[in-house]
Amino acid sequence: MMYRRYRVPSMWREMDRLQREMNRLFEDYGPMRVRNAPSYPALNVWSNDEGLLVTAEVPGVSPDDIEVNVIGETLTLSGVRKPDELKEGARYHRQERGYGKFSRTLQLPFPVSVPKIEATFKHGVLNVRLPRAEESKPRKIAVKSA
Amino acid sequence: MAENVTTMEIEKEEVAPAEGTERTRECACFVPRADIYEVDDQMVIVADVPGVDEDSVEITLEKNILTINAFTEPVEMEGFAPVFAEYEVGDYQRSFKLSDEIDRDKIQATIKDGVLRLYLPKAAAAQARKISVKAG
Repeated sequence: MMYRRYRVPSMWREMDRLQREMNRLFEDYGPMRVRNAPSYPALNVWSNDEGLLVTAEVPGVSPDDIEVNVIGETLTLSGVRKPDELKEGARYHRQERGYGKFSRTLQLPFPVSVPKIEATFKHGVLNVRLPRAEESKPRKIAVKSA
Repeated sequence: MAENVTTMEIEKEEVAPAEGTERTRECACFVPRADIYEVDDQMVIVADVPGVDEDSVEITLEKNILTINAFTEPVEMEGFAPVFAEYEVGDYQRSFKLSDEIDRDKIQATIKDGVLRLYLPKAAAAQARKISVKAG
């Protein structure tokens, strides 16, 4: 009897493990999954040995209203999205776009060279280039034969 | 002070393809969020189409259906590998049914900072006509 009680749950556990393993396997091969952003705006991040690239879609925000700050190893993007200034008597039939302040903070994986950071804004898309600080770049150590 | 942008703003809604059809372009297609307001004698449609400029947007009016088609180029960052993604880049498509009071010949559109604005002026009020009835 003891034998049976032990076997049954163990089999399910094994199936569970197998399923998790399969899911993980397929995730690795598929296109990168788009995660939901925790707050506005959604960010996409690219990287290479030279640095990091962060993009965000912030349509309708004037470039003067966007602030890009780097303090230590955190990047903060903040700004204000303003509504159209309506004349008196105007009325909304439909309002789906949001307005107001926004702020996103991102932990950077390495120190960046602050003076070399470039931010551009084109057609409502913000593009921030963060070059990696020279001293944090991977260095190849030559191995000498003794 | 202004409220924070609501989280509703973050997710993009994908266009449902018409039954039995498939898209020919490889990228995704989204429904742009839009505001519509009426001021004085015109309607204004404001739609978010980030990444789109004046050359990559098409606005067509067929019968009383106004369709916005905006195209974006897939983003390829030369020499960079994606680390993580919270949004997808794709085309935009949305249609609106216009009421008869819009003056079709005077529709104007502008695009700035990824926001498309359509100005739809109303036609001069149609003259009320009285039909006289003759005794037959």
